[in-house]
Amino acid sequence: MPSSDYDPASLPDLLPLYYRRLFPFSQYYRWLNYGGVQKNYFQNREFSFTLKDDIYVRYQSFTTQNELEKEMQKMNPYKIDIGAIYSHRPNQHNTVKSGTFQALEKELVFDIDMTDYDDVRSCCSAADICCKCWTLMTIAIRILDRALREDFGFQHLLWVYSGRRGVHCWVCDEAARKLSVAARSAVAEYLSLIKGGEETVKKVVLTDPIHPFIRESLAVVERYFPRYALQEQDILGRKESVDKVLSLVPEDILFTLQQDFQNEKKPESRWKLVRDQATKKQATAKKGQYFEKEIMLQYCYPRLDVNVSKGVNHLLKSPFSVHPKTGRISVPINLKELDVFDPFALFEQTCKYSFISFHFFTDYKRTTLAKYVKYFDQFLDAMARSWKGELLRKSDLQKEF
Amino acid sequence: MQFMSRQKKLLPNSHTELYGQCLQFYGQPPLENIALSEFETFAVERLKLLKTVENLGVSYVKLSEQYTKKLDQESKNLNFPYRSGPSEIEKRRKDHISHFILRLAYCQTEDLRRWFIQQEVDLFRYRFSYLSSKQKLEFLHKNNLQYDAISVEEKKALQDKLVNSSYAVSGITVEDQDFYKVPFQDALDLVRTRKVYLKAGYVYIPHQDIVTIILNDFRTRLSKALALTARSLPAVHSDERLQPLLNHLSHAYVGQDYSIQKNVGKISLEQIDSLSGKSFPLCMRQLHQALRENHHLRHGGRMQYGLFLKGIGLSLEQALQFWRSEFIRGKVDADKFDKAYAYSIRHMFGKEGKRTDYTPYSCMKVILSNPPSQGDHHGCPFRHSDPELLKQKLQFYKVSPSGISQVGDITFSLNHPNQYFVESQKVLGGGKDIKREMDTPQRSQENSGRGSAAAREAAAAANASQHLAEMTEELDSFFQDA
Repeated sequence: MPSSDYDPASLPDLLPLYYRRLFPFSQYYRWLNYGGVQKNYFQNREFSFTLKDDIYVRYQSFTTQNELEKEMQKMNPYKIDIGAIYSHRPNQHNTVKSGTFQALEKELVFDIDMTDYDDVRSCCSAADICCKCWTLMTIAIRILDRALREDFGFQHLLWVYSGRRGVHCWVCDEAARKLSVAARSAVAEYLSLIKGGEETVKKVVLTDPIHPFIRESLAVVERYFPRYALQEQDILGRKESVDKVLSLVPEDILFTLQQDFQNEKKPESRWKLVRDQATKKQATAKKGQYFEKEIMLQYCYPRLDVNVSKGVNHLLKSPFSVHPKTGRISVPINLKELDVFDPFALFEQTCKYSFISFHFFTDYKRTTLAKYVKYFDQFLDAMARSWKGELLRKSDLQKEF
Repeated sequence: MQFMSRQKKLLPNSHTELYGQCLQFYGQPPLENIALSEFETFAVERLKLLKTVENLGVSYVKLSEQYTKKLDQESKNLNFPYRSGPSEIEKRRKDHISHFILRLAYCQTEDLRRWFIQQEVDLFRYRFSYLSSKQKLEFLHKNNLQYDAISVEEKKALQDKLVNSSYAVSGITVEDQDFYKVPFQDALDLVRTRKVYLKAGYVYIPHQDIVTIILNDFRTRLSKALALTARSLPAVHSDERLQPLLNHLSHAYVGQDYSIQKNVGKISLEQIDSLSGKSFPLCMRQLHQALRENHHLRHGGRMQYGLFLKGIGLSLEQALQFWRSEFIRGKVDADKFDKAYAYSIRHMFGKEGKRTDYTPYSCMKVILSNPPSQGDHHGCPFRHSDPELLKQKLQFYKVSPSGISQVGDITFSLNHPNQYFVESQKVLGGGKDIKREMDTPQRSQENSGRGSAAAREAAAAANASQHLAEMTEELDSFFQDA
């Protein structure tokens, strides 16, 4: 892990450079302004900053891009969060009559955090990630992206690397921004398959009929399962892991499998034995027959925190924010290059160049971060087409008067 | 909404018109004059009905046979309508009026509104289930819910997906019935539980399931209406005949919420470990144990346990000390604790932010909101745990085998973790009888359709408290003045 290269103490020196040279202010403003279709959309947006010494300030808001730039360059926040669009300017919320200051709109967001998978990954735990368990993020993104687009009809999704151990999704469609708390919670629950905390052994239970959403998700999981789970995580190799997997099969099958595993040591073959048993059971039983699917899902299916998605006023780490503990930047992820996205590469390059002088900085701008900004631009272009339509529509309505 | 002021007195036979429908949306308030005694009776009886709705909803699967039978019985006893028929007119009038009276009592705070809306929606759902298909269709139209039906070709193309999306939809359903395309925002309950086919932001609903849409609509309308009602409250409250009654009604539902701290500072931190074994309900015991083992709890756990501790009498200073000393043993250093966690503890005690003094969670709240996920230890073990694990745990905590398997005999109605604590302390203090005669809703043995034993919570908790009392060697009395 290249974490030894980065020293958090260098942040006070790096951040001013970052905010002066690299942070893509004009794209950032273009995004949050949403084409100016709605009045005061940018001005009523809450930002929060975490400053040096863990000083946390909420209800920051800005009237123009320029003001935002100046302020960020002055404060050099260690962390930036984006909140909701409120009924009034957040930085004036104290002057507003109590009860009238309300969060009105915000992107629909999802937060996938690798620590939520600790019970099913053996390579790392807590804040660590490696290329082996990163596959879980790839799977999560593929499943959720498909569902949000095909099932829910959303089009403008921004996936962002969180900077340390997970990914965020910002759904920026207008319909998404206007969703109520209840609707957000319903979407998040539709997407949730893993139920239960520390006290629950079997976290996925499937019953007939298997919903098309689950089938589609399983199709994704099945593509990655052999290499990710059987090889890299070796879940059917070491005894402890095997026991854990077997704790998820029905009692009447357990003994047979344990016996079979005495004679068969290869993980792929062991898995085939499990599948065969499942096929047999599916032909006859009405309950507990989908255990092989349940196992795959328990080990691979995305785990999201419903509470993050529910709240209209929930603050989430901003894209292009720096993660103070890793020095990595929360960059947008281009799904076309998802299978080759490497969260560690970012890190090395960000650090290396930061120590080098000013000239190299401008060259750097043409390389690593630039590619992410370019992708962000494309994302904004796609949205801009819908803004244009909106603006035309609005001006037409006005012309009628 | 001034139905208590001078209005034209309606003639009796127009009741037949007004109350011709067996079910209504309560769109229009009643316009007649009624006597104050009737006002009071109607309101109290509806409140009883709604409380029954609430209790049955926790013990049984909604609309299951036992649920409907019991609700039928209660509706009958309280003289509320529950079926169509001409003899129901007087009952429908009562239903109409009582609903609007309770709106006045329950519009004032977020909590009250939420509770009222939830029970009214459940009541509506139950009554709606008695309507014929034709009557259901009439409702759709009355509601201006003109959703589009999909073409036969589209139905055929989607047949497999439709059949696989819902247990209730078969190939025949697809052939025989119209399917409607409804924006997903109008069918959240179906989306949330994944009981419907969803494509490009639309759910595809067979005619037979249109009820969920209607419920949603009902909920939204009621919510807006309550907000409006709240604004006209000052006028209503100025009528001194009504104010005391309305206050009484809105406090009746809440019961003890353990928000007013009694016995602050009577518990010392050293006692907590032993108290957790003797007088904490299982959920809190679990949280305490997890905290001691991991020197950490996530947000959900900190809230549930922290507020409970506040409810049993921990002061803010004690709470800060308690959490701090535990967290420091883990990965959090003192500085970080003061910066990151102390704030939220002070927040719990109403010393930060909006300064709301948060109330300890009732069982209902623990069970129904914020289910635990990986890494969490909060929630209700009787609802959120694996049955096997739960059994093991109860055995470990020395609940006798008969206590574990026993699900029927309840003599104790448990609604709140802090209630458990108080009752347990009383028992240990030797003061009161363990068996208490209170009116208890009958709880069922099995909850088909529910994963874990939701109904066993009160039974096992009560039994657990009985057995803990029996097992304790000494009878420490912690509250000398109990």
